[in-house]
Amino acid sequence: MIRLLRWVLCVVGLHGALASAAPKIQHWVTEEGLRVYFSPAHELPLLDVNLAFDAGSARDGDHPGLARLTGGMLDEGAGGLDADAIAAAFDGVGATYSASVGRDMAQFSLRTLADAAFSGPALDTFLTVLTRPDFPEGSLARMKRQTLVALEEEKQRPGAVASKAFYRALYGGHPYASPVLGTERSVARITRAEVRGFYRRYYGARNAVLAIVGDLDRAAAERLAARFSRGLAPGERAPALPPVPKIEGAKTIRIPFPSTQAHVFIGQPAVARGDPQWPTLYLGNHILGGGGFSARLVKAVRVERGLSYSVYSAFSPLRAKGPFFIGLQTRTDQARQAVGVAREVLRGFMRDGPTERELEAARDNITGGWPLRFDSNAERIAYLAVIGFYGLPLDYLETFPKRIEAVTVADIRQAFAGHLDLDRMVTVIVGGRAE
Amino acid sequence: MLIRLFSIVSLLWAPLAPAGLVDPFRVHEFTLSNGIRLFVREDHRAPVAILQVWYKVGSADESPGLTGISHVLEHMMFKGTERYPGNRFFELIDANGGEENAFTSRDYTVYYELLEQGRLEIAFELEADRMRNLLMREADFEKERRVVMEERRMRTEDRPEALALETLYALAFDNVPYGHPIIGWMGDLEGLTLPDLKDWYARWYSPANARLVVVGDVDPAAIRALAEKHFGRVPAHRPPQRRVVAAVPPRGPRRAVVRAPARLPYLVMGYRTPSLGQGEDDAEPYVLDVISNLLDGGQSARLARRLVRGAEVAASAGTGYNTYGRYDGLFLIDGVPAEGHGVAELEQALLGEIRALREAPVDPDELERVKAQVVAAEIYSRDSISRQASLIGAAETIGLGWRVLNEYVARIQAVTPEQVQAVARKYLVPERRSVVVVEPLPIGGPARPVQAAAGAGEAVR
Repeated sequence: MIRLLRWVLCVVGLHGALASAAPKIQHWVTEEGLRVYFSPAHELPLLDVNLAFDAGSARDGDHPGLARLTGGMLDEGAGGLDADAIAAAFDGVGATYSASVGRDMAQFSLRTLADAAFSGPALDTFLTVLTRPDFPEGSLARMKRQTLVALEEEKQRPGAVASKAFYRALYGGHPYASPVLGTERSVARITRAEVRGFYRRYYGARNAVLAIVGDLDRAAAERLAARFSRGLAPGERAPALPPVPKIEGAKTIRIPFPSTQAHVFIGQPAVARGDPQWPTLYLGNHILGGGGFSARLVKAVRVERGLSYSVYSAFSPLRAKGPFFIGLQTRTDQARQAVGVAREVLRGFMRDGPTERELEAARDNITGGWPLRFDSNAERIAYLAVIGFYGLPLDYLETFPKRIEAVTVADIRQAFAGHLDLDRMVTVIVGGRAE
Repeated sequence: MLIRLFSIVSLLWAPLAPAGLVDPFRVHEFTLSNGIRLFVREDHRAPVAILQVWYKVGSADESPGLTGISHVLEHMMFKGTERYPGNRFFELIDANGGEENAFTSRDYTVYYELLEQGRLEIAFELEADRMRNLLMREADFEKERRVVMEERRMRTEDRPEALALETLYALAFDNVPYGHPIIGWMGDLEGLTLPDLKDWYARWYSPANARLVVVGDVDPAAIRALAEKHFGRVPAHRPPQRRVVAAVPPRGPRRAVVRAPARLPYLVMGYRTPSLGQGEDDAEPYVLDVISNLLDGGQSARLARRLVRGAEVAASAGTGYNTYGRYDGLFLIDGVPAEGHGVAELEQALLGEIRALREAPVDPDELERVKAQVVAAEIYSRDSISRQASLIGAAETIGLGWRVLNEYVARIQAVTPEQVQAVARKYLVPERRSVVVVEPLPIGGPARPVQAAAGAGEAVR
């Protein structure tokens, strides 16, 4: 026990020193309006670049799937190079290119060796792909067919079926309801003109955030940013998204599926990026179901009852209100019991908040583990992209643990009450036979 | 240091190859008084460190009826000791801001804690304690068995591609103990008893069967002292004897069908191939690694270029190959047919690619492109301390020694077009092939023709 006490003291003593481990972020805006976030890292001979546009599926409009198809089409042909030539250009210097489209963001990233012999050609290709895409008709037709296969694949995964139904139920007529992949109907109809139009509308310098991490100095980062900035059309920032309407009332959606497990989601729209109470919600959720085996949901559903391998809760903040959700999977005949336990845990947590002891443990875990969050270049650039895209403060990584330390039990109870409404929870259960 | 290495190394290889940028592993090696071996690598980029404890026991050590026991024991290892009962393990690591988890593979079981470097001692204390002092209580076991059965349902039972892969391993291996799933057959999980687990724990969890790996912002001498302080008092224990299994010669090809609720057909094939340290010629695993990259190393590789984009016979296709293994393993190829194509056409197309490797030597430019990618990936791997620790732990536990990691780039660079052809002719042949196809059963609505990565490196948490 003496040994334990020493560790506890150790934990307290270290808090101050840890925050300084956060990477220093440099920020500027280019003449053309491109927002740039840069953090040098000279320890490894690497360069990571991430360009994010406000061009996620929330911008699909009447064409669900358009944002994702547009993002996926960039490396299918650009500046006269075809898909094979582009792939060979990246692979030939060992660079990795990736594109991903979510609800808010379309993100394009490049990892390359920092040495100019490799980063030079890699960056040239990356710039060509982002600034001069050709959208070849044949590639579009193939990508549409591949998307149809991906939609079929979603239908054979009960978890994916549940997730889709969950977003539909939470967001109704809001753009976040639009499935990122689109639908069979919408994808089949998307034309090259629409893809080009989407690119022109949303892939401009003013609608983008560039993040750079790696072995280069400020001057080199500025030159690099200027190339992106001039290569892209100036464009305009995308308009604000409409506010997320309140859910009318609690509802439960059951979808039969020939699986051995039921996949469950319970939740509602809850929190937007930049919410002043975000650290409080984050800390509260850590105790509820975000913090591994010490979390209440994990104890109640998994450790004490053996009902599920994976059970968790999360807030997923987006530009507009992103969802709060509890997720679990359990043998179909246990679904009712597991849902009951999860709901009861949530209800109890909302009513009483955490105990002082839970609060302290979660606080120690988050602040003590803070340096682990950005101990690699890959993690650092992911943070830079989010900080830049959502306009979070540059010292976000330094101040977050301090804000966590200030949170009280009463703060958590109040923040949960302000962001979640037990009478408007959506429950989706996929699996088992129709009742 | 980097500059000096570059000037030496760059003389040995083609001028364009960035091999000289690979920071070689410099590992401090220690043997504690009771036989535990400790490997420490310094990485001072961030004030963090990882401790991994590797036990050389995995599903390959399991016999019929006991499949899945290594993984169930992994779960039980978090259920407390006399000194740290109940949830104390998690509470202590959590209070120190740590991340902890574990995974089981065919060849080993690994536990790890990632912490701010000044707090690493708690991980040593807890890991040393649970190496011999685990309390296994019936009530915890009954619940944890149910958790693992849910895990099996989630990972395998409801996933057609996972069922196909499980069937492929069962089909491809005769006597080599890779034929059963890491997570175990459902019936075996039901039949496991607490005495079985206690036996398994007593037999395999001991200093002589364990290796410690630390990577991060640490001083090797201080880590050695920590290890001696905590692990040094764990009593030595006679290492378990293992029988050597000589593989039955392959007499394929073999085929099986998995009928499961699905919307898409799926095909996975595996060729019985050597692993590093097991085969007769230790260049061959490196050549197989190159072949895997020729087929599936990025968007310019053959499967993406010719089958997904070119002929558009595949919606997706991939390969998987594990260089390190205690036994010969499988070279995996999988795919989902594109719209309008059947699984038979996809199979012919994949076999066509294999045939092409056998019939003609690979173009030197294409080989250079693959080598550049492999070398770059090796440099990128230094961005993660967990990845570095895992490479050291795997090389040591398999029995190759960590120095093999520093040979990797040179061995890949040395692969010639003739070797690629020779290895394809020797191993990617019908006698060594097993194929499993998923035939979709209805889910609701008409089924049609995904995405599934080949799972050579699979591990179960």
